[in-house]
Amino acid sequence: MQSPAGTEAGTEAGTDGRTGNRTTDRHTNGNEDSAHVATTQTPPTASGSAHRAAGSARAGTGTRFTRVLGVLTIAALAVLALFALVLSPPDVVQGESVRILYAHVGTVWVAYLAFIVTAVSSGAYLWKRTSSLTWDRIAGASAEIGVLFMAITLFTGSLWGRITWGTFWVWDARVTTTAFLFVTYVGYLAVRGLGGTHEQRARRSAVVALLAVLEIPLVHFSVRLWRSVHQDASVAGSTDVKLDDEMLFTLLLGTVAFTMMYVWYVLHRQRVLAMEDALDDKGLDLALAERRNEGLEARDMTEGTTR
Amino acid sequence: MNDPSPVTGTSGHVATGVWRTARLIAGKDLRIERRSRVIVNQVLPFAALVMVLFAFALDNDDVLLRTAPGLVWLGTIFSLLILVQRSFAVESADGALDALRVAGVNPAGIFLGKSLALAVQLVVLEMLLVALAMVLYQAQLDAMGAVLLVTTIAPATTGLAFVGTLYGGLAAGARGRETLLPLLLFPVVAPVLIGATRATEAAFGAGSAAIDEGWPWVGVLLVFSALFGVGGTLAFGPLIEE
Repeated sequence: MQSPAGTEAGTEAGTDGRTGNRTTDRHTNGNEDSAHVATTQTPPTASGSAHRAAGSARAGTGTRFTRVLGVLTIAALAVLALFALVLSPPDVVQGESVRILYAHVGTVWVAYLAFIVTAVSSGAYLWKRTSSLTWDRIAGASAEIGVLFMAITLFTGSLWGRITWGTFWVWDARVTTTAFLFVTYVGYLAVRGLGGTHEQRARRSAVVALLAVLEIPLVHFSVRLWRSVHQDASVAGSTDVKLDDEMLFTLLLGTVAFTMMYVWYVLHRQRVLAMEDALDDKGLDLALAERRNEGLEARDMTEGTTR
Repeated sequence: MNDPSPVTGTSGHVATGVWRTARLIAGKDLRIERRSRVIVNQVLPFAALVMVLFAFALDNDDVLLRTAPGLVWLGTIFSLLILVQRSFAVESADGALDALRVAGVNPAGIFLGKSLALAVQLVVLEMLLVALAMVLYQAQLDAMGAVLLVTTIAPATTGLAFVGTLYGGLAAGARGRETLLPLLLFPVVAPVLIGATRATEAAFGAGSAAIDEGWPWVGVLLVFSALFGVGGTLAFGPLIEE
């Protein structure tokens, strides 16, 4: 579907937002193909130009809400960067390394929020009255963003740990549970990729997401019990720091900015997933119809030249 | 299944039906294992080999004695992976699991039956591993230690069997299940590895651990086993009904 009409529709959708926001544009262009499929209601035998026109009517995953949210998110992140890197003072004990925490705390909050959303939407999918594939896609989108943010959390945390504690990793209960949470949701995403029908995927992954809710408290509890028996390095002391107002504000701002980013990403990602599902459902039929049309056109042309 | 009468999951006889199904399924699985001798010929030798490899890797009698409990349970969990894959290879070959579903067999019964068969196989495996730890690593076991060890093995084994059956059923028939299963299974069994290892340390007296330190861990294992027993019984139906 690398037709000129397709790319034209993509740039059109990108410019009519006028957000000046590159990420939205990339989403829009990258999923142009599936947008055709998701929105086209014309029968497969209809001429190619007709369904391209229908596709460009509503292309991409952006809406007015997500564009406004995207601009606000980027603005919030810019302000966060200003406060975190320039305006807030260095810590008395930790020095400049405290600035890592502004990214660390916000991302870990988003990761937990994302996993809670995944669990709740999985429950909503399994509950017969609210069962809808939209819940499944929200769960999947949320878990993807959660895994991404958890990776950032672990990365920033180990950098901070190296500076403050002298090691990248400590077998602290909270750190260990976080790592397990990360691995568990990587597994969840693998389950989503198993294949089968959309309903199969949805049911499997919803059950796995709910089992994760069962697993995580158990892991946390057993790791805590384990560490209380083998108390080697005490970490709790160093986190007992009094925060000044500017630091507290920056932490709070980080949490808000990353949460906005999460909502923005999940909205887009969930729509992309819906398009991918639609592509799975109808993509082959449409492609066959297009090839058949090409064949017909080619035959008409050869007949025209021989005549 | 040698019983031709269908096991009904309806009115009145639900509980007895589930247990009867479970017994039949477990009997079937164990009969297949007894006849194919895969456990005796392949899985147990594998577990023994792992114990020898641990000794090569750690290469120190004191270290081995200290780590013997952990190595016993690591060996168990590695072998669990093989047992689970084996347990569901039997079901997905010739569409056996589909046939069970078409026959209207209660999924809770299938879950409990397969867990029971897996638990029996695991107990045999654990006995071998403990014996090897005593022979190869010089682990000591007195009377009280043996009581604690048996009390540890019971909930740890049922917990592992429940989790193994649950995730095995999930991955059964899927592409790339050999690689997916450990990714799903290992994080979940971490509490069992921690709890059973600490309790076994107390039983062996490894690292100067006292017997009393072992009992709280048995509690952790019991909670784990109960939660995944209930969770698995509820979740197994939706997982295999596709």
